[in-house]
This record gives sequence, structure tokens and C-alpha cells, in this order.
Amino acid sequence: MKMFLIALKTLRRKKVRSVLTIGGVAIAVGVLVGLLGFDKGYQQALRRDIDKMGYQVLVTAKGCPYEAATLMLKGGGGLRYMDQKVYEKIVSDQRIEQITPQLVATIYSEEQEEGRSGISMYMGVMKSYLDLKPWIKFRSGGWFSGETADEAVMGYEVAELEQRVVGDEIFIPKIGKVLKVVGIMERTGTQDDGIIFMPLKTAQTVFSLDNKITGIGIKLKDLNQIQAFEEDLYDEPGIQVVSMAQVRGTILNLMSSAKVMANSIASVAIIIAVIGVMNTILMSVFERTKQIGVMKALGASKTDIFKIIWMETTLTCVIGGVIGSAAAVLGGNVMEKIIKKILPYAPSGQLIVISFSLIGVALVGTVLIGLLAGIYPAFRAASMRPVEAIRSSE
Amino acid sequence: MKNTVIKAEKLRKIYKLPAEEIAAVNSIDLEVAEGDFVSLMGPSGSGKTTLLDVIGCLDSISSGTLTVLGKDVSSASERELAQVRRGNIGFVFQEFLLVPELTAVENVELPMIFARQKVSRQTAKELLNKVGLGHRIKHLPKELSGGERQRVAIARSLAANPRLLLADEPTGNLDSKNSEEIFAIFEKLNNDDGLTIVVTTHNKILGSRAKQIIYLKDGKIV
Repeated sequence: MKMFLIALKTLRRKKVRSVLTIGGVAIAVGVLVGLLGFDKGYQQALRRDIDKMGYQVLVTAKGCPYEAATLMLKGGGGLRYMDQKVYEKIVSDQRIEQITPQLVATIYSEEQEEGRSGISMYMGVMKSYLDLKPWIKFRSGGWFSGETADEAVMGYEVAELEQRVVGDEIFIPKIGKVLKVVGIMERTGTQDDGIIFMPLKTAQTVFSLDNKITGIGIKLKDLNQIQAFEEDLYDEPGIQVVSMAQVRGTILNLMSSAKVMANSIASVAIIIAVIGVMNTILMSVFERTKQIGVMKALGASKTDIFKIIWMETTLTCVIGGVIGSAAAVLGGNVMEKIIKKILPYAPSGQLIVISFSLIGVALVGTVLIGLLAGIYPAFRAASMRPVEAIRSSE
Repeated sequence: MKNTVIKAEKLRKIYKLPAEEIAAVNSIDLEVAEGDFVSLMGPSGSGKTTLLDVIGCLDSISSGTLTVLGKDVSSASERELAQVRRGNIGFVFQEFLLVPELTAVENVELPMIFARQKVSRQTAKELLNKVGLGHRIKHLPKELSGGERQRVAIARSLAANPRLLLADEPTGNLDSKNSEEIFAIFEKLNNDDGLTIVVTTHNKILGSRAKQIIYLKDGKIV
């Protein structure tokens, strides 16, 4: 304990140098913890988003599967259209538990106020949409009165943004159609929160897309049948079948190269921090040559000197690790906002998840790094011959 | 009959330089008994400090024999020398060489830690009292005068309860008043506690107050 105190007091001697070195470690650990937290959080959020879509298979018009995957997650529809006949053809398949067609349309409005997205997303759906997503609850109002009603149900966020209540009339810009708001959903934490829903047939009429749909969401009775189901639809012209597991894999694949790069940068930062710590401690060892010589004269063994210097290095790393982890936890929200702006597709909900186990691993890591970085300076200090150290000109 | 604390026969310490060999200590015979107070005197480069280093087991000898505190250290390894030093030999240096981050009392505690003794704050305080610094125990070295720092260094050298105290030019950085006081402390430790002390000094007046005076020149006793 006493030697620990000596190490601690020595670190405090050169405050600016210690603070800078600790800062370097803190930044490296903070970035690494943040990135690992993001990796975990992103996967969780993506899984949650996909689970909350309510279906495992999506049938869309043929096109780029990557584009389809991200567009699906952004709002449930790739903006390519297929014939509604496809839906009618597969709706009676015995393997299907739930099925819902959807037609997505986006309209860009320049009249939107400053700071709002200029794109409004509309989706034509059937009652079966609710069967696939049983967690959807209404904050006020309810579902459409009929399949061709000029009515709208608004997601929580879009209703909040536009300050709508049930009974209001909303105007679809450029098309000039007016719909009556009959229901506002509770927050779901998914993209549904930002969508204005209307009956499928109404949407087809409003957007002049008769008998067209953008996608069909399907939940199968048995997950093991996915492959067979996909194969059966393979010959169907103009469509593609995407399983949500594939979507998830595709997005994670897209993310993986960025992840490798980010992790490499973090690793380089860690290496630089370790070299920085080694350099600082080594400098401090050389500056204290006489002092180390005296300690030896006073009876300190090689092991004692090794321990003191080792403790200094480890302390530097641990303090840096604690500060870095704390910064990652505290700065996670800011980082999350930035990431959400940068990423082409960011799942809803918390993207950076820093668990206690992650912090534990980070701290154990910094202790190990500290021990490793300390070996050489500690060895140099321990091997000093007392008489040479005391009589040195340092 | 008093025990012999240091016994050297034909003691040599040679430094090998690229071009030549220098015998800093050249064939010295020396015997210091328990309770002696020896001053090593001589001009710069006469070998005083080197002799003090080898009898303090800080350095190994080149040839001859050397027994310190009953242990033959003539061919001892660095580890064995450290074992002889630990808890047995106290050192005082010209430049005080206190650990700057530690307070006076913490500096005094250091040898107890390294000698694996129980660290006693009380003992450390008593030692500082003994050298007249009982009122400055929590001061850092930079807050103390030269004379005060040397007193802390003396208290530190006594902390592990050594049998032999070695002081290398302990008054070299002090004014005459402080030098006098420091020397008086050595005399008191020698007279009252019977501590064996070997001091190197340039100061003829102080040096001549020791019980045994050894003059060195070119590594030899003259």
C-alpha cells in the first residue's frame, strides 16, 4: 500500500505531463468503448427494428436487394411497384399466418417549416397491418371506417410534429387531396411513428397507382418454411423475396467494413497511447535516476523499484481507462446523434449500448495494457546500479 | 573487545575506461570497529567517495578482501550486496537526495518499507525530533532549507535502525553554521547511541573532530 502511495505521489509531481498522458489513454479507451458500444447497440437496435416490422419475409418488386432492404426499414416500401395480383395469388398460401400488402409513397414538400424533413411518407395498408403488429395501440381515435375512406391514421411523431388531433383534416401537398385524421398511434419506437397511413385503396387512388403495391409483409406459421416459401416464389416474374434475416445480414455486412476501419483506428489510438505512456514513464525514470539510486541505497530491491514504476504505469492507464469509459458513457448520446445524422440508415432507439460488462472488459484491458507498457520502463529502473545512479549527472 | 564493522585488506577498485584503467582505491587496508567515528579526508579524486561506496556495499570491489558487518562481500553479487545494505547501513549524501514528492516524515519512513519492517509513523516522528525537525514533519523537501533537508536525510538514514552510518560530504552543500550542527548530530549519535559512522569530508576542522581520521591521496591511505 505504501509503495502504491509513492507511485501515486510521483505521478502527481509532473501534473501537466501526467494529465496529458492520461488524456491520451482516456481518448483511446473512450473511442474504443464507444465503438464497441455502438457495434452492440446497432445490432440490437437493428434486430429490434426488424422484429418490430412484424414479418419475417417481404415480397417486393425486383430491384437492388440492398436498396430494398434499407428502404424497407426506412418506411416499409421499396419505391418500385408490383401488381397487387401477386398479393392475391399468395394470400391463400397455407403456410402463411399473417400477410399484409402495403403501398408506400413519399412526397417532397417545400412548404415544410425550417428544421423539418421536407419528405412526408404515406403508406396505404389494410386492416391486416394491425394483425402483424399487435403492439400498435391508439393514443386517440381508431382505424379507418372503410377500405376506400378518405381517412388517415398518423404515427406518433408525425402527429406531434404537425400538431394534429383526431378530427383534423390533412392536406397532401402537390396532389391536393384532403384526408380526415381518424386515429393517432401511440409511440412504437419504429419507423411507423413517422408515417401517415391510409386505406390501401385510397392510397392507390390518391397517388394514381391503381392495383399497385410496393411490398407484401408475410409472417409464416413455421420459420423453417422460409426457404421453401422463397423458392416457390422464385419463378414469379418481377418480384423478389427478401427474408428479414437477410436484410439484417445485408445491413450488417454493409456496416462491417466501416466497423473494421473504425476498430483499426481505435486500435492505432490504443497503440499510440501505450507508446505515449511508455515514453512518459521512461522519461520520468531517467529524470529520477538519482532518486532510484538512493531508494536502492536505502534498501529497495530490484523488485521494489520494478513494482513502483509498474504501479505508476498501470495507474496512468487505469485512470485514463476510467475517464475514457466515463466519457464514452456520458458522451454516448452526443455521439449517437452525430452517427444518426451520418449513417444512411440508422435503426430507431438507442444505438450505443455501453454495458457494465463492456466497461469491465475495457478496464481489465487498460490494466493489462498498463502492465504491458510498464514492463520496459520498470525493467530499466530496476536494473540501474545504485552507485552509478546516485553519482549520475541527472 | 569491540566487534569489527569494516575490515578491508589490499582493497582495490578499478574503473576500466576505453583507453586506460584507473585505480580509484588502490590497495587499502582498513579496519573500523563498532562505535568508531571515522572521517575520510583528502583532495578531490583521492578515492574517498569510491571507498565509501564499496564499504557501503553500493558497489563491488575489484580485488582484495572486504568484510562488512561480519559478511565477506569481496565477491558478492549485486543482490547479495543489497541484502547486506538493507536495514544495516544508513546513507547520507551531499545533495540530500530526498524524494521530492514525499513529506519529511514519509521520506523517513522509506527505509522501513524497503527493509520490510513495520512502518511506524511514531518512530519516524521521533527520529525527526532527534535531529531537531519535529515541527516540520509534514513539509515537502522544497519547503525546507538545506540544513533542514540534511537533517531529514540523517533521520531517514537512521529509520531502519542501521548498525553503520555512511555520510558522503554531508556538509558539502551547507554553510558553516549548518555544517557545525550536522556534525554535532553525528557526534551525538556516535557518543550517545554508539553508532558506527564513516564520513567523507573536505572540511578539515569538522573532519578532525572524528575519533579516527584517514587521509587519502590517489586511492591510497597516506
